[in-house]
Amino acid sequence: MKALARLAFLAGAVRALRRRRPPRATEDDADAVDLPRRELPNDRRAEAAVAILLVVGGLLAAGFGVLVVADPQTQLLGGVLAAALACVGAALGLASKRVVVQEVDVEERHPPRAEDEARLIEELKAGGEGISRRRVLIGAAGVACCGLAGAVVLPVTGLGPALGDAPNRTPWRRGKRLVDARTQAPLKVDDLEIGSFQSALPEGASPEDLGAPVAVVRVDPRALRLPPERRDWAPEGFVAYSQICTHAACAVTLFRYPVYEDTSKGPALVCPCHYSTFDVLRAADPIFGPAARPLAQLPLAIAADRTLVAAGPLSGSVGPSYWGVKPSSPSTHARGSLPPRGGAPWA
Amino acid sequence: MGLTDDAVDPVRFVDERLGASSLARRALRYVFPEHWSFLLGEVALYSFAFLVLSGTYLAFFFSPDIEPHQTYAGPFRELVGFSVTPAYDSVLRLSSTVPAGLMVRQAHHWAALVFVVAMVAHLARTFFTAAFRKPREVIWMFGVLLLGVGVFEGFAGYSLPDDLLSGMGLGIAYSVALAVPLLGGALGALLWGGEYPGSGVIESRLYIAHVFVVPAIMALLIVLHLALVARHHHTQFPGPGRRERNTVGNPMWPGYALRSLGLMLLVFAVLVGLGGLVQINPIWQWGPYEINRATNGAQPDWYLGWLIGGLRIMPPLEIRVWGKTLVPNPFWGGALFPTVVFAYLMAHPWIESRLTRDRAPHHLLDRPRDHPWRTAFGAAFLTWVGSIFFAGSSDRLFYQVGIDYEAQVHVYRVLVVVLPIVVFVATKAVCDELRRTRAAPALGGPPTVVRRRPDNAFEELRE
Amino acid sequence: MRRTARRALLLLAVCCGGMAAWSAAAGGQNEPASPPPAPGSSAPGPGASALVNHGRDLYAQSCAGCHGDDLRGRKGQGPPLVGAGTAAVDFYLSTGRMPIDNPTDEPVRADPVYSRSDIDALVAYVGAFGGPAIPAAHPERGSVARGKEAFTERCAGCHQVVARGGIVTGAFVPALTDVTPRQLAEAVRVGPYLMPKFTERQVGQGELDDMAAYLRYQRNPDDRGGWGIGHLGPVPEGLVAWLLAGTLLLGVVRLLGERAP
Repeated sequence: MKALARLAFLAGAVRALRRRRPPRATEDDADAVDLPRRELPNDRRAEAAVAILLVVGGLLAAGFGVLVVADPQTQLLGGVLAAALACVGAALGLASKRVVVQEVDVEERHPPRAEDEARLIEELKAGGEGISRRRVLIGAAGVACCGLAGAVVLPVTGLGPALGDAPNRTPWRRGKRLVDARTQAPLKVDDLEIGSFQSALPEGASPEDLGAPVAVVRVDPRALRLPPERRDWAPEGFVAYSQICTHAACAVTLFRYPVYEDTSKGPALVCPCHYSTFDVLRAADPIFGPAARPLAQLPLAIAADRTLVAAGPLSGSVGPSYWGVKPSSPSTHARGSLPPRGGAPWA
Repeated sequence: MGLTDDAVDPVRFVDERLGASSLARRALRYVFPEHWSFLLGEVALYSFAFLVLSGTYLAFFFSPDIEPHQTYAGPFRELVGFSVTPAYDSVLRLSSTVPAGLMVRQAHHWAALVFVVAMVAHLARTFFTAAFRKPREVIWMFGVLLLGVGVFEGFAGYSLPDDLLSGMGLGIAYSVALAVPLLGGALGALLWGGEYPGSGVIESRLYIAHVFVVPAIMALLIVLHLALVARHHHTQFPGPGRRERNTVGNPMWPGYALRSLGLMLLVFAVLVGLGGLVQINPIWQWGPYEINRATNGAQPDWYLGWLIGGLRIMPPLEIRVWGKTLVPNPFWGGALFPTVVFAYLMAHPWIESRLTRDRAPHHLLDRPRDHPWRTAFGAAFLTWVGSIFFAGSSDRLFYQVGIDYEAQVHVYRVLVVVLPIVVFVATKAVCDELRRTRAAPALGGPPTVVRRRPDNAFEELRE
Repeated sequence: MRRTARRALLLLAVCCGGMAAWSAAAGGQNEPASPPPAPGSSAPGPGASALVNHGRDLYAQSCAGCHGDDLRGRKGQGPPLVGAGTAAVDFYLSTGRMPIDNPTDEPVRADPVYSRSDIDALVAYVGAFGGPAIPAAHPERGSVARGKEAFTERCAGCHQVVARGGIVTGAFVPALTDVTPRQLAEAVRVGPYLMPKFTERQVGQGELDDMAAYLRYQRNPDDRGGWGIGHLGPVPEGLVAWLLAGTLLLGVVRLLGERAP
């Protein structure tokens, strides 16, 4: 079957290719052609066309100059200058093919000659004549080269401080208030309903810090399937995860929350760059896409004035993986510690 | 008259001072073998020239600073009151109040896209006609290097305006740098001057790289590339009078010079026309970058699409030892994949000459069909990279045609393995068939006539 | 001239929408929401208006199959509509997302199946079972720039920064170019399908108006650069580079160069 299809395709392709070109003389008569060739053109119409194109191009180019000063409108500028360039370009192309002498020339190649190479080698060798302690000098030169290379390369390290533990340091501390990332207003419990999503920062933190932004979502507390040690990290169904994707540092700004779980996918945070999908009910376990580590979770608590505060630091490193990253427990280390997926209501 | 003889005869005036007339005469008689596909490299060259010209104009108005933030108050209504960086603000000014600024900026961006398109087309032409063989392996390697450096240069430019897309792209690049096994943390910190976005030094570093360091490297590579081409003379297709020891074609003066200048102006015309008429990277629509903001389906410029494809379809695999992450996930698609592609391209001339034991110099080109293995391999390689490239835009495809994204990713994970094999087999079969039947679509070979025999079978008649 | 005409039309549309919203909301309030209907009974009460009765008939014909005769939903078919509110009903029906053939499909925007009066009837009927009323948004009161900022932070992750739509794993995210201010307000408050919902305390009326102004603005974005190629960024740009510029330059090269080697 497959072979048949292949054959049919081949036959079609070959036939199409054959039909396109008329047959030509064989190449055996190569030496019979007269080379080099030189034909003098005498095409007055082409000359006139070139002259017209050059003049029109020149006028248009001048027009562009006027437009820049008088009325710089992008489309007009681009159109006029493009037309000017196209006219002059076409004039040159036409002149090349119709107005100037048409030549086919032959130029011999000059491959490198062995005797030249031999002479070069002799010259090189002659430069070292009369040196008695050749090895010592070569070794010393090697030391000098290494030293100089080091002197050039090592200052490169001055470009940046070592990353060290940076991704494991975040501004989140026990008691830090969560504020709206844009308005800086403290986040109140009653601001969010089940199925709501809010981007938040720690109060007073630098917005340039990868460890700062968190995605706060509110879900049905009965649906949560957090590992046992995180049971009280999500008061009244509020869960917060680092907003920086553990795959490639994009902001995880997609929150899907189904109206009706029976006929659609379950709640998840999704990264808009490579669509890594994190299960918000199960400690941001990655369930689709390239991310291999869950988002770090921020334990939450509700203060006396009903604002949301952090109940501790983030559970793991923020952002993309590297050698020094602290994998966020639990699922990277012990997937088994999570309740089985069957517990999720949509599964 | 009062004029000296020097002024009357400029050729003599120049020659008496430079003594270069014999060199110049040789240059004027330099012969260019003719085929349209030999002009693809020139398109790339002239795109580069345009990038330098337009980039110089843009550099007069661009500011790479990202501090201090200021409140936007310009003609873009949707941004009034936004807190913006000087970098972003300067590109907005370029796009609104600088005369012809938007046209030049857009033409510059289009030129970058077209530059890489032309380089890829030129690379494919060189590969399939085997122009990379001895003595041109080094020319080929400079060309591959130019492609890689050109892609980096484009990314650096894309990252400069500090808009939402460039900020997201830098974040991804930072993650890929971090993902280099063991050294990643140090590498990322070194290039970014600490954590991203952090200190913001990356913008000024990218700026100096984009406007000075990388263009200088590229100019040097181009000079070397072309100087070596001229040293060995151009390759040519086999044909009447064409031998390994000569070049047959159009001399530089006057025909070829006019043609090439014409091509340059027409390339410029296309770029300027696009720059004026087709909007590209409207950063006022994307808005400024903030760490907790992102837009759906963010994409890099096309020439990095293959890397986003690699990042997207890679299964969630990370190698961990002793609770440490040895190989983070972005390494596979973002670092290993392009390294393999470029390393292989660099090495191909040497690998092929070793496998075929062909160490002779070649100046006549192959027709692709004459080396079915090479052609089939090249087609499969292109398919491999190309299918990963298309996987990178499958989110948009999903939007357009309504196929489930997750299903697409699963299909692509299979396709990137299967499709190259299929293409390899099919291409090889087509080449073999073309060779066997001596159909000559490109060259006009001997005609063949097929006749039906009395027993209803077909037979081929050769003249 | 054309712009003023368009503005006038839009204003008219907004006014009509606002009036419809007001009447629907009022209609919803007129119905006795306090005595909840007994389970098993689909009647909102004996004093139901003709509008509600018409809505009940329509509901029985097309909605009850999935959402249940008593609006309590049917497992695996459709969610309960008791307490869904008029906003959700009006949103799903006026955007043509309901009714839907296959309950596991994603409801997508289409031409509405029902006329405005039928929609009003269904809104009145389902609204009688309680739930939030239809909200409104007023683009003319909002600021485009503030709306852009709010939209970028809250919506762009899914809907794309110029509101041209996108995807989330498991669903298609619609473009918002043809959304009316009222539908925007409904979607924000209701959170249809996989979308999160935003309360009035989280997204105030002012912010909603700003977003509506932004969406109206982005219907015809500031394309001073020329042809907008869909406002999707690098994917269509790459297509133009390969297909448009590539074809043009291939043509140039073929014209200037020799075809036969």
